[in-house]
Amino acid sequence: MFKNILKRKSSREIAKDRLKILLISDRVNCSPEMMEMIKNDIAKVISKYMKIDAQSMEIQITKTSGKGRNLKNPTLYANIPILDLHTLKN
Amino acid sequence: MSEVIVVTSGKGGVGKTTTSANVGTGLAAMGKKVILIDTDIGLRNLDVVMGLESRIVYNLVDVVEGNCRIKQALVRDKRYPTLFLLPSAQTRDKSAVNPAQMVKMITHLRDQFDYIILDCPAGIEQGFQNAIAGADRALVVTTPEVSAIRDADRIIGLLEANEIQKIDLIINRIRYDMIRRGDMMSSDDVVDILSIPLLGLVPDDENVVIATNQGEPLVGSNTLAGQAYQNICYRVSGKEVPFLDFERGISFWTKISGIFHRS
Repeated sequence: MFKNILKRKSSREIAKDRLKILLISDRVNCSPEMMEMIKNDIAKVISKYMKIDAQSMEIQITKTSGKGRNLKNPTLYANIPILDLHTLKN
Repeated sequence: MSEVIVVTSGKGGVGKTTTSANVGTGLAAMGKKVILIDTDIGLRNLDVVMGLESRIVYNLVDVVEGNCRIKQALVRDKRYPTLFLLPSAQTRDKSAVNPAQMVKMITHLRDQFDYIILDCPAGIEQGFQNAIAGADRALVVTTPEVSAIRDADRIIGLLEANEIQKIDLIINRIRYDMIRRGDMMSSDDVVDILSIPLLGLVPDDENVVIATNQGEPLVGSNTLAGQAYQNICYRVSGKEVPFLDFERGISFWTKISGIFHRS
């Protein structure tokens, strides 16, 4: 029980964490539908060259590490699990 | 050189009108020529906060539509002879004025005043567009709450897109007791998230409610909020004022214990 009290996040930290995630999606102004379309297109292109697990693939837009509000260059991260590197090579 | 300042926030009820009234009054107390313009057409409030509601004859819409000259619509403040209010219209709606008309009016006012302060309505529609149209710089008001910060972030994005050169942050209604308990985001947290320069920290002070009841801005008075607004006015006018202990929420006892910790 004592451990739980120590582990519990303060509401300040919860607010900060929620805002950080919320503002990234607010700032890039990219709808979930559009993200899905980008994801499918990336999967299609990569699939030409290697076998990937399109189901568990993830894409995400994140803030660049640079300071300030300059969000003109946020970064798109794609996490694509590769099932087999050689299958489609000929 | 005159400066046109828009006071905005996105979310309603965070203290735009109180900030406008206090910054305007504080700058006038420093001897500057100041005009406060209420751009919230349909929901005017700045007149009541200033205690000038009984002196209104014409309003912003009358000026824009040419029903009167600007001079006729200006209400002179009770306390400071260099402070004027241009009230908004209560019985019209936001579409009665457009950004081009605002720019034209502000251009005309520039050579008569040192500071033109625009109290922006909540939201991001026409009223917001009107208020920011002629502005040189913006004061973004927020409170340390998730919803207010989210809206402030959106507003900052829109201000940047409209090429407002200087955007500064005022954090209002700070409760230091809650910050110490870990139940409120600190000013550093908010600045970290919004990433714009900090201009002022205003503690949650019941004197603000009392001052609004009386229609007397409390800037410069011997209250926490009064001193906080005074410092904001100095910073607006370009004077460098360090953030005071009370603004950061450092009490006398925290300081004493700090001395003991060090030794």
